[in-house]
Amino acid sequence: MSSIDKSKIDTTASRTRILNKLGATLATGKDRDARAEAVKTHLRQHKRNLVPERGNVEGAERIALFRAQAEAVAASVVEVKSADEVPEAITAHLREHNLPARVKHGDDPGLTGLPWGKTPTLERDSGPANGDDAVSLSRAFSAVAETGTLILVSGADNPTTLNFLPENHIVVLDAKDLGGAYEDAWDRVREAYGAGTMPRTVNMISGPSRTADVEQTIQLGAHGPRSLHIIIVNGE
Amino acid sequence: MDITSPAFKSNVKRALADKQLQRAMGNVKVGFVKKRSAARDKLPEFDQLRDQARDIKDHTLEYLDLYYEIYEQKVREAGGKVHWAATAEDARDIILKICQAHDAKTVTKGKSMIAEEIALNEHLEAAGITPVETDLGEYIIQLRNEPPSHIIGPAIHLNRDQVEASFRRAHDHLPDERSLDEVSELVDEARQVLRQKYIDADVGITGANYLVAETGTSIIVTNEGNGDLTQSLPKVHIVCTSLEKLVPTLEDVSTILRVLARSATGQEFSTYTTLSTGARREGDPDGPEEYHVVILDNGRSDMLGTEFQDMLRCIRCGACMNHCPVYHSVGGHAYGWVYPGPMGSVLTPTLIGVDKAGHLPNASTFCGRCEAVCPMHIPLPKMMRHWREREFEHHLTPRTVRTSLGIWAFLARRPALYHLASSVFIRALKLLAFGRSRLKSVPLAGGWTRHRDLPMPEGRTFQEMWRAGGHE
Ligand code: SF4
Repeated sequence: MSSIDKSKIDTTASRTRILNKLGATLATGKDRDARAEAVKTHLRQHKRNLVPERGNVEGAERIALFRAQAEAVAASVVEVKSADEVPEAITAHLREHNLPARVKHGDDPGLTGLPWGKTPTLERDSGPANGDDAVSLSRAFSAVAETGTLILVSGADNPTTLNFLPENHIVVLDAKDLGGAYEDAWDRVREAYGAGTMPRTVNMISGPSRTADVEQTIQLGAHGPRSLHIIIVNGE
Repeated sequence: MDITSPAFKSNVKRALADKQLQRAMGNVKVGFVKKRSAARDKLPEFDQLRDQARDIKDHTLEYLDLYYEIYEQKVREAGGKVHWAATAEDARDIILKICQAHDAKTVTKGKSMIAEEIALNEHLEAAGITPVETDLGEYIIQLRNEPPSHIIGPAIHLNRDQVEASFRRAHDHLPDERSLDEVSELVDEARQVLRQKYIDADVGITGANYLVAETGTSIIVTNEGNGDLTQSLPKVHIVCTSLEKLVPTLEDVSTILRVLARSATGQEFSTYTTLSTGARREGDPDGPEEYHVVILDNGRSDMLGTEFQDMLRCIRCGACMNHCPVYHSVGGHAYGWVYPGPMGSVLTPTLIGVDKAGHLPNASTFCGRCEAVCPMHIPLPKMMRHWREREFEHHLTPRTVRTSLGIWAFLARRPALYHLASSVFIRALKLLAFGRSRLKSVPLAGGWTRHRDLPMPEGRTFQEMWRAGGHE
């Protein structure tokens, strides 16, 4: 990919000055090859540091932990037995919260391929958010039980703006994509995109938007979604 | 922003007399402190993670030049561009040029302390570009034309009624009779007002909590989602950051993220942690077409290899100020520049000069709480001592202040200053009283009493005076 830059700014002189200064302090008297090797090795191995025990659970326990953690930060969570039940779970949620029967989502086959015929009254739009959508729908790339955190990645399948602009966000999570710790999610990202490569945006989302900027009083729905609803597809 | 650090003492006096401020600061000492300790208790490995977080940053700093070469390469591969800024002025100019190349009229901004450090808003405004702060706290202080008073809660010095007054003044297109009695009503109104601004902005500017060398990624951590709207809707995303933000791998940043939110707000994890790598990809329906990272040095490279190097580990969590009795007493504005509290007392003299900020390292009771709660184990009190020694060497301290006795004489001859010093310390004492039976050092006089209690008139110690004043 080539770099686009209309402004044609050249900061090479500052770059040289700053990096030389760092080098003069850090590299003087040290073996050049050994330093380079230390850095390469560290990156290649990308070793895990201490991972808290909390996330070290599997199966039903992992799902239970994810649920508890997500609910603790004000997300709502339901479980369904198969992907086929997702459309009805969505309409049930919309009805319960008096939300319009209309959702916007991207091209993710895991969403477009759902049996939407079961919910004929539910309207669907596709594409990125434009500011008028009340409810968006995304599919999580992964999730982390440790803190009830969803991992969403950008692209036509799940446009990033859908995670932030609509007032209500519904996310479908396949239980088999749920990991225990953040590090599990990075392994999945490396597997999907190649080591050292990332999608444009990775969003780690724990609950709906909030602020405590006025008198430290927590208030949900600051600029991002006021509500976050997670549908876990747990086919066992 | 204007630097008022040289006037620290009169700033303090004003702060202590400011009832609104004193009321607002009441929220800080209870809220943050309790929440952090609850979060720590919930994670048994918290202290081990702190040790590792420190080691990760130390390792990165040792190889910073090499990690940056790799980071820069990765950003380029992802279609982004890294710009190097030796000074604040350089950084402002780079950002302005990028905005001008896109004929920007308005830019939205996520919270960035680096943008504050380089006084970006003033610079953009002078060039006819309107910066719109989108973090609620930053938005409030922008309306009030005030600097932030806390690195993670910029409007922490304000009360609800002051915010209401600012909104009524600024949002005069809305009906006068609307209710703004509840915090929720204020948040909703800001949400409504800012909504269209996100969509209309030509450029979005955010900070970065971290940069990741392995992938060429920048990371922002927020709760509101404003940073994400700021960076995903406009055509151009500029990341405004500084030299010490780099970490090697995603695993390394995960460890640091585990201590960040817990130390800062007492959350287990912030609502949004967003990793951005380069520009919009082929087939992406949204996201910025250009991605620029401006890396500011501004004196940081000079700290490497000195007794202030450890300060480069700072992850700007704010725990040190949340637990600082002096900060609780005087608030953030008294420190007179961008970074308040203990971390500011160490960093500010480095960035704007000890001649201007030499008073700040004295603003300490040396109670040690800042170092005790710092997730990165930064020896803040020790570094404040270093500064005082340097200030002393540079003869910046008046001659009469160079001995403890000299200081006492100095204060005694200036009743107003004495009153001021003691009123800070009395307030500080209240906070220190729990868990401490003896006061070894005194705010403002701290540096002067490194190895002994401050000599008092008529042989009285501060403790005796404290009790005589009816305090226990
Ligand atoms: S010095 Fe430590 S406690 Fe203070 S902001 Fe920096 S990392 Fe946090």
